[in-house]
Order: sequence, then structure tokens, then C-alpha cells
Amino acid sequence: MTSATSWYEANARQRVEALLDPRSFAEFIGPEQREISPHLAIFDLPEQFDDGIIVGRGTLKGRRILVAAQEGRFMGGAIGEVHGAKLTGLLRAARSLGEPVLILFDTGGVRLQEANVGELAIAEIMRALVEMRMAGVQVVGLIGGRAGCYGGGGLIAGCCSALIVSEQGRISVSGPEVIETNKGVEEFDSRDRALVWRTMGGKHRYLIGGADAFADDDVLAFREAALMALAGNGRLDAGVLEAEQQRLERRLHRFGKAHDAVDIWTDLGVREPAEIAGLATDEFLRRVTDKRETANGAR
Amino acid sequence: MEKLSFTMKPSTAAAGTRARAIVGVVASGNLEVLLERGLPANICVIDIATAAHGFAAVWEAVIDDFVTRRPAGGLHISINDGGARPDMVSLRLAQGVRLIEEL
Repeated sequence: MTSATSWYEANARQRVEALLDPRSFAEFIGPEQREISPHLAIFDLPEQFDDGIIVGRGTLKGRRILVAAQEGRFMGGAIGEVHGAKLTGLLRAARSLGEPVLILFDTGGVRLQEANVGELAIAEIMRALVEMRMAGVQVVGLIGGRAGCYGGGGLIAGCCSALIVSEQGRISVSGPEVIETNKGVEEFDSRDRALVWRTMGGKHRYLIGGADAFADDDVLAFREAALMALAGNGRLDAGVLEAEQQRLERRLHRFGKAHDAVDIWTDLGVREPAEIAGLATDEFLRRVTDKRETANGAR
Repeated sequence: MEKLSFTMKPSTAAAGTRARAIVGVVASGNLEVLLERGLPANICVIDIATAAHGFAAVWEAVIDDFVTRRPAGGLHISINDGGARPDMVSLRLAQGVRLIEEL
């Protein structure tokens, strides 16, 4: 794959292939093992042989690394029993091997057809993730797919040592439709795509310190950003968590009254904030790098 | 789901030595195709699970065309279909045999 490969357009297998060193990837529990969801057949729904997630091991610039990649096009990348167990297993393996993990998020959250086991899976994943971080092993999230990173996926992302996001990426817990359904269209118009992106999209998340790095929608840009993120320390202890709690309290105090992301960008001192959405990556980074709220080790 | 199975006799065996290949995603209008080696060189078995019922004749026509045109002997092909149109099925099958030929 060449450098002009869109992360957004690529599927999970193409992302893994292009992200890691050529031919270094070896899949665990591959599609030939047909470890499919035991729940979908009950609803007469189509199954996928890898249950929408690819897990395995490879190298990144020669360094051994474990990888999980969600397929956002299969059931919106939703997390069910098998899908979740594959990720939990990978994180537990990472802890015992002491090898860092990259999670290529592309998910709407829990799969509704297997909601209870899906919710349990999210809890297990978060526990395994925190345990590996406490053991000093890093986990970096990469977000720039069609499904974004929502629901339980947003919670898991919040536990990572570092997050990389592209403009196309969205990070949140409740998605646009969920907010509109519960709070009404006055609160949030899910069909207003500009609103969705400036509230949950990559640029905003980077600006308020919800993501650590902003990458172009390009597989190699994500690769470079992942290498940079892995060079950080990813420490997690009580001190880091307390500092993050204080940062979030300050953020709420400072921006809690804002009605729109543009108000926040204005308050941050970003020049011509209304232009942010239309800026190319280079110009965006030039304008905001010294203005953004910095992320913290706890996330 | 409708399950279909076809046992075909292609004239040409699949090239290369790669044990398996997978292409596509199960999504609306799309399908995944898993190709595995291990059958006699003159046989190709295709198992299909499809969300769209009642199209067995169309599948048969597409698969007939596929084994006539592409080297598919020796392959066990498993398909999870999310309601792909025949042209998409043909493309994925062609992509699959091409991928399993690669080193």
C-alpha cells in the first residue's frame, strides 16, 4: 500500500496490513477458525468469521507489538461476546508478555443483539486494559473509521495511554441519534453533520485534550503517530488519575456554560475559530498547537 | 439465513501455495469470501450463508461463470453474504482467487 491510503476508507485488514511492518502480522483466532458469535443465528442475522475484530501480533519499526482492529462495516463494529473476548484475551496476553497494544477502534459500542454479554465484555476489556497499564504496558488507540468510537468503545478509549485521532474520527459515549432520541432535536440535531463533527470529531477532541495526537486521514500518518505515542511513558497511578480529575474539573468550570464547540475554541484563543472545520491538517495544527488543552497521562 | 452449497468441477486448479485468503466484509450489499486450500485439484466447494432468500438460481449462475473463468480447483470457499448483488459477488470471488495465488 502506498502513502495515499485513506484510513477512513480502508477496512480493518487493510489498516493492519498497512500500519505494521510489511508481512509481519500473524493473526490469532483467524477467520478459518470460525469463532463466530453464538447469538446472531438466533436473530437470523449474518455472521462474520472473525466476528468483526482482528487480533494478532506483528512488528512496528522492528518493535514487537500486539494489535486489535475493529471492522466498522460489520454491524457498525459493535462489540459482542466473541468480539469482546478476543480483545480481552489480547490485553491479558499483552500484560504477561509486556508488549504494547494498538487498538484500531471503529465501533458504535455494544452489539444490541447480545447486549448483556456485550456490556460484560466492555467491563472485562476495561479491567484488562487498566491492569496492563498498571503493569507499565502501553495501549494506544487509533480512531479515524466510519463508525467512529462510541458507546462502550468510547469508555475503552478513555482508558488508553494515548489516543490518535483524524478529522474523520469521532469519540463520544452517547452517539448523535441517542442524544436526539433522549433529549430532543433542540438539544442535538443528529442530521446536522457539521454539528456532529464539531462536537465529537477529531479536531474538537484534539483541541480539548480528549486526544493526544491529530493525524491526517492516511495510514502512514497513523503509523508515524503511533510510533510517537509509543515513545511516551503511559504511566498510570493514583497521582496521574488525580491530576486528570483536576484537569477535567477545571475544564468543566471553564467551558461548562459553552453552547457550541466554537465558543470553546474562541475561549481557547484560537484565531478565526469559525474556520477550524475547513482547515487542512498542517494549517489546523499550526493554528492550535499552542492553544489546545493538553491531554494528561490518565487520558 | 438461507444456506446453499455447490460442488463444482473447475477445469483449472488454483495457483500458488498460500493456505487461505479472505476478502470483503459482511455489510449491506457486501460479502466476505474465505478461501481455503485442501480439496482435490478438480473440485471446488462453495458454501454460502445469505441474508437474501430465494436467489439460488442467481448464485448458481454466478458460481458457474466463476469456475469457468477462474482457476478455482482445490478450493473450499465459504461465503457470508449481507445481500450483495451478483456483480459484487463476482468481483469478490475474483479478488479471492487472486489473493490466494500471492506468496
